[in-house]
Amino acid sequence: MTRDQVRQAILNIISDIAPDEDLGAIKDEEKLRDQFDLDSMDFLDIVMELRKRFNLEVPEKDYQELVSMASSVEYLFPRLKDDELVS
Amino acid sequence: MAKDWLKGIKSAYDTIVIGSGLAGLTAANKLAKLGYKVLILEHHYNLGGLATWFKRKGGHILDISLHGFPTGMIKTCRKYWTQEIADSIVRLKNIRFDNPQFSFWTNFDKNDFTRLMKDRFGIVKETIDDFFQTVRAMNFYDDLSMTTRELFEKFFPGRTDVHRLLMEPITYANGSTLDDPAITYGIVFANFMDKGVYTFKGGTNELIKKMKKELLKNGVDIRTHCMVERVVVNDKTVQGVEVQGRMIPAKTVLSNSNILSTIHKLTGDEHFTPEFLDEVKKVRLNDSSCQVYMGLKRGEKIDNVGDLLFTSQEKEFSSASLLEPETTSRTFSFYYPETRPGLNMYSIVASTNARFKDWAHLTRQEYEKKKKLLIDRTLDALEKYVPDVRKKIDHLEASTPVTFKRYTAHPNGVSFGTKFEGLSISKDLPKQIAGLFHAGSVGIIMSGWLGAANYGVIVSNEVDKFLHAVSQPQPELETVSV
Repeated sequence: MTRDQVRQAILNIISDIAPDEDLGAIKDEEKLRDQFDLDSMDFLDIVMELRKRFNLEVPEKDYQELVSMASSVEYLFPRLKDDELVS
Repeated sequence: MAKDWLKGIKSAYDTIVIGSGLAGLTAANKLAKLGYKVLILEHHYNLGGLATWFKRKGGHILDISLHGFPTGMIKTCRKYWTQEIADSIVRLKNIRFDNPQFSFWTNFDKNDFTRLMKDRFGIVKETIDDFFQTVRAMNFYDDLSMTTRELFEKFFPGRTDVHRLLMEPITYANGSTLDDPAITYGIVFANFMDKGVYTFKGGTNELIKKMKKELLKNGVDIRTHCMVERVVVNDKTVQGVEVQGRMIPAKTVLSNSNILSTIHKLTGDEHFTPEFLDEVKKVRLNDSSCQVYMGLKRGEKIDNVGDLLFTSQEKEFSSASLLEPETTSRTFSFYYPETRPGLNMYSIVASTNARFKDWAHLTRQEYEKKKKLLIDRTLDALEKYVPDVRKKIDHLEASTPVTFKRYTAHPNGVSFGTKFEGLSISKDLPKQIAGLFHAGSVGIIMSGWLGAANYGVIVSNEVDKFLHAVSQPQPELETVSV
């Protein structure tokens, strides 16, 4: 996956978890929590989806890396670059 | 020949869930949706644990768990159950307090509490806002040394009336006291204050029916009347469970039984390290409940006197006096015909917090007498709100901590799990025995409708992580040539 595709993969996951949120206006540098109605259970869902979709384990100590879109891409790109994008 | 309740089960499972409380059911559903083979074993004939109900002659359906949970349950049901279940959640707007210190109705959210605290209790707006901000920001990783009493004293020193307003409903919801860590209070209270109190339209029976349908759709095998005898462990690793004299192999076991029963009774102390068992010894069980169930005669009507009524004749709030068998502090849950559309019946459930020891060691005669007294006192209290209620009632019965013990198999019949320290024991279980997990009412914050369901999801993440790791191809061992 390219960086853009990793970003798209994260967007796909968030839109499944929070279907009522308008993700079109997302600001990549800002905390996801400050922009959308996402709680700690939603972040757990993101972790579970990453495991399911990409066979990727995010250890608990790294959960903070998922705080914004930019930091998520930064953290996930090296780990997902050899994967294919699935929706 | 006795009926084989296990008939038709598979030869092995990825996960066996022991018990079908909300945590067990939600975990089972999540794991099944991830593609795992899941079996639920429940000793009772109904699913739901304390999220349950019973039926009585005359068309009465009576709910056990207090109706009332935070708005977060809508999202939890949508994400981990179905849109249909989420859509059946409705708000209860008539929450009522009546005690010697104050008496009013509220819709139990932040705006209304702010108004009440300002106008009725004369608290300055800045203090109220500061208090709400503080509880909203509380989380699991915060300092545990501050108690709820200290939190209240910090913001509202000497104001026992305000303490009562803030504490009493939460005590009924999860059995917590002023001496429990402030964070356990803050997390639960802030959840309620977000948008008020909610319930399921259709009642608990409809909810569990919908959940069962969804579980079956997702391929979960469900067997009731099956009391698990033992979790089978070999070499610090789960092998399966023994039930009705039969061993069912499983890669993981998720116990939704009480955490202490899971360790001492189902698994056995011999499988745990002495250090861990020392920590287990420190776990305090929470309290239990007494309830009085009242079904009104068909055709009888009562006015709307509130959905939830917190009533007491105690001069001030006290966590200890609330547990006394003679307590006047109780919650009335009123079920109007809107609760179960089509049934057109009214029912009322009165709940008090209670201790097992006050009920456990009585003769049959003493027990029955004490139960009758409980019913009489409850009706006396109710007369104030529903005049002539005795004449309107068709069905009347009571449950005690002994009843709770019989139906849940929980030690001391606890209805609120354990105090805070139970949570870390529950979380650390898999470090002691590979493949053994626990989800259920622990630590106060993982209790109640929302806490239990969410904890089921949190633990299913751990189970998934474990199953995912064991299913990965193992790296080949390097052979050492000599």
